[in-house]
Amino acid sequence: MTPLDPPSKLTRKDFVSDQEVRWCPGCGDYAILSAVQRTLPEFGVRPEKTVFISGIGCSSRFPYYMNTYGFHTIHGRAPTLATGVKLANPDLDVWVITGDGDGLSIGGNHLLHLLRRNLNLQVILFNNRIYGLTKGQYSPTSLIGKRTPSTPMGSVDPPLTPAAFALGCGGRFVARAIDVDAKGLPIVLRRAHQYVGTGFIEAFQNCPVFNDGAFEHFTAKEVAAETQLHLEHGKPMLFGAKGDRGLRLRPGVLELEIVTVGEDGITEADVLVHDETNRAMAFLLASLEPPTFPIALGVLYAAPSTAPTFEVALLGQNAQALAKQGAGDIDALLRKGHTWEVSAGG
Amino acid sequence: MGALAYEKALETGMDTPAARQETDREALDSVVIRFAGDSGDGMQLTGSQFTDSTALMGNDLATFPDFPAEIRAPAGTTFGVSGFQIHFASYDILTPGDAPDVLVAMNPAALKVNLADLKRGGLLVVNTGAFTPGNLKKAGYSNDPLEDSTLDAFRVLKIDISKLTLQAVEPFDLGTKEALRCKNMWTLGLMMWMFGRERESTVHWLRGKFAKSPVIADANIAALNAGHIYGETAEMPSGIGGYAVSKASLAPGHYRNINGNEATSWGLVAGAQLAGLKIFLGSYPITPASTILHTLSGLKNFGVVTFQAEDEIAAIGAAIGASWAGSLGVTSTSGPGVALKTEALGLAVVTELPLVLVDVQRGGPSTGLPTKTEQSDLLQAVYGRNGDCPLAVIAAATPGECFFMAIEAVRLATKYMTPVILLTDGALANGAEPWRIPNVSEIAPFPVTYRTDPEGFHPFHRDPETLARNWAIPGTPGLEHRIGGLEKAKNSGNISYDPDNHHQMTKIRAAKIAGIADDIPLQEVEAGPSEGELVVVGWGSTYGSIAQAVRTSLRAGLSVAHVHVRYMSPMPRNLGELLRRYKKVLVPELNNGMLVKILRGEYLVDAQALGKIAGQPFKVAELEAAIRTHLER
Repeated sequence: MTPLDPPSKLTRKDFVSDQEVRWCPGCGDYAILSAVQRTLPEFGVRPEKTVFISGIGCSSRFPYYMNTYGFHTIHGRAPTLATGVKLANPDLDVWVITGDGDGLSIGGNHLLHLLRRNLNLQVILFNNRIYGLTKGQYSPTSLIGKRTPSTPMGSVDPPLTPAAFALGCGGRFVARAIDVDAKGLPIVLRRAHQYVGTGFIEAFQNCPVFNDGAFEHFTAKEVAAETQLHLEHGKPMLFGAKGDRGLRLRPGVLELEIVTVGEDGITEADVLVHDETNRAMAFLLASLEPPTFPIALGVLYAAPSTAPTFEVALLGQNAQALAKQGAGDIDALLRKGHTWEVSAGG
Repeated sequence: MGALAYEKALETGMDTPAARQETDREALDSVVIRFAGDSGDGMQLTGSQFTDSTALMGNDLATFPDFPAEIRAPAGTTFGVSGFQIHFASYDILTPGDAPDVLVAMNPAALKVNLADLKRGGLLVVNTGAFTPGNLKKAGYSNDPLEDSTLDAFRVLKIDISKLTLQAVEPFDLGTKEALRCKNMWTLGLMMWMFGRERESTVHWLRGKFAKSPVIADANIAALNAGHIYGETAEMPSGIGGYAVSKASLAPGHYRNINGNEATSWGLVAGAQLAGLKIFLGSYPITPASTILHTLSGLKNFGVVTFQAEDEIAAIGAAIGASWAGSLGVTSTSGPGVALKTEALGLAVVTELPLVLVDVQRGGPSTGLPTKTEQSDLLQAVYGRNGDCPLAVIAAATPGECFFMAIEAVRLATKYMTPVILLTDGALANGAEPWRIPNVSEIAPFPVTYRTDPEGFHPFHRDPETLARNWAIPGTPGLEHRIGGLEKAKNSGNISYDPDNHHQMTKIRAAKIAGIADDIPLQEVEAGPSEGELVVVGWGSTYGSIAQAVRTSLRAGLSVAHVHVRYMSPMPRNLGELLRRYKKVLVPELNNGMLVKILRGEYLVDAQALGKIAGQPFKVAELEAAIRTHLER
């Protein structure tokens, strides 16, 4: 081990820790871990400058497997620690690892404010629509009617759509990928990392033990082509085995509809072109789901990076105060305002 | 003659030939004044301005602001009454005083709420202008107390302050409502005359506060002067006049007034500088701790980063994150906030990161009495977490001491890599006292060092003496490591479910905190014999009342000593032995018996509780009576 050698080209190995990975066989988390470890070397950020912060849940074991700095915190609170780390040292490259229970249930408030504040970091939310580590209770993304040990007659509350939640919180970068999509996941990791601001990624992650096949209706090989819409900025939103099905706005209402190029006089020019800076469209895309619509994957939304990140704005005020008032002198501070002298014998 | 002279003086300014000669003043050693009015009447400002000028006069003083939780309770009601008590004297004093000698009542509700406290024969100043049938009814008076026998036991100065204020500010063309808002300054002017205070500091303050609306500043100054002139010129009932309280002989030095939250904030800044760290404050607004957030937010040029978080949990979470990344993480709150932060405190304990949590205690349980003082978080601070979860707890005894205890909290947190809870309370937070300003440059620094050497690095390797682990911050090459809330293997910090390891780690964490006892001062006896009949053991803001009561009892020839504990966990090494030197141990606390439980549990002494849970500090007389009772038993 020669950790102090001058920076050389980073490889996957630089990001693999010596800890044995302890997820269930077949868990989608393995694929995500592998994609992250394969993609991170590209960014050129040294492991010592990289920080993974997680909450509680299966996905939150993630930091132990990364040979970077890591903090496995408490349930739902990873965004709060990440905020403190980033404000204390903005040079660090911070990744928040969370899940649908950790990030959207117990930690929903923190995720909301993290997205709203727009710190320059990345969030990967592993959505498996179930509580795994506590053995299979339903989660805020479980579909209505989900039968679990805590809902033997089926859950009754409607699920949350993580991407729509992120957009609603004021999230400025929202993307999606499937755990085992070895091509699509690295693309969104790269884009989220490039983005100056909070890059939010929802990873559809299969839990083979407690919720196997939760996303099979669009991840299965046989249906993938007809149910997955891979978004690319500036390209028409086309999908299907022949690539001839597309989305367009239904005239007169704010709704999307599916059209087929070549049918009913539809040409490719009628199909909407993906504009990732269009927030209203991002909302529409976030809420599409099979069987009626394809699932939208890739970068749903990337606001132009015009807003300063939270740490830049906040620490900017410190710099401003320092420039205006000079470095604080504690002894002078204690003597500011009304003071008086008591002399010996007086 | 008097009224006429007042009007004349108003026209010509002060110091007319009719003005009463200053030599008439009666000399007093000590005075307790309580200003009371509607929460919108500006009583807190009146009190703090009187305090400032009193400090400048060289008196010793102590104050006790007492205000309702409602920002603007319905005008004229008893629950909207706001009070400010100041005790000042020509000798050193320790408490804001038991019963006021002077009560200023701006309306019937203020009279109703406070009259019972006024000393018999005390001076009552009432604003008759507010004694309207409507206000009397709102205060629950069926008869006008100014007209019946209610006030027979007191010397009463009835003045239509409302009317005189309107008159005084007439030249400024304010609306009636705005004009009436100056009546607190009129009252202040009168009281400043009565006790021979200088107005300059208040004039200066008004000019600054209303810099953007000079007319308002002028009107307030006119009202202040008019009140003063009234005192100089108006005919007073017999037995009421001007008083003089001569300077106290304080220890030589440079002084200022300070309240506990200011002192805590500045102490944290000083502590961070002594440690060579940047402060990161994560906080969420909560009474009575918010002014720490405000104060530190104004000190950005000291390298203080403040973060108003979305909740109490986020506030401590961010502070822990910042500590891990190499800052001094601080979070400030009150009891309900500590309850929310509890799980995260456990995380800081198990990951062994430095953290300072300031708990400005208030009345509980639950939301309790937000603006009233109490000492009922002691057990929460010492024991209130899941698992065996020891940390250091210290407590400040006076507003000024908050400064030094904040520095001490930083020292212990960084030296022992542990969260430290600093307990203060509402009475300390808002109470002010003259404070001899220390030179921070003369305090010994305690610089921290981060681990940088990768050779043989393990995150949970410890200093053999302090048992503190390495502080290895993200960004350091070769020290990449993972920490978290799961139990760790003794050195590597890797997750470990090994039974022996957990046993050992629990013991190590406990030993680390217990070892702090070797690094803190031995317990001293504040006053009284070093052995004897009775020792009164206190902690926190009850210091002044206990010290005063013990002082008086000693003068009366009783065998009583005062011990005041500042290190609540761990406690000073000699405390148990010290307590056993007395036949009886009495523990007065503003709670239902907490320190007394710890003392009995730790030292097997027969300590007796004296709890007061009224949201108010102890009166000296209450403690004197208790001391007598316990000595007679």
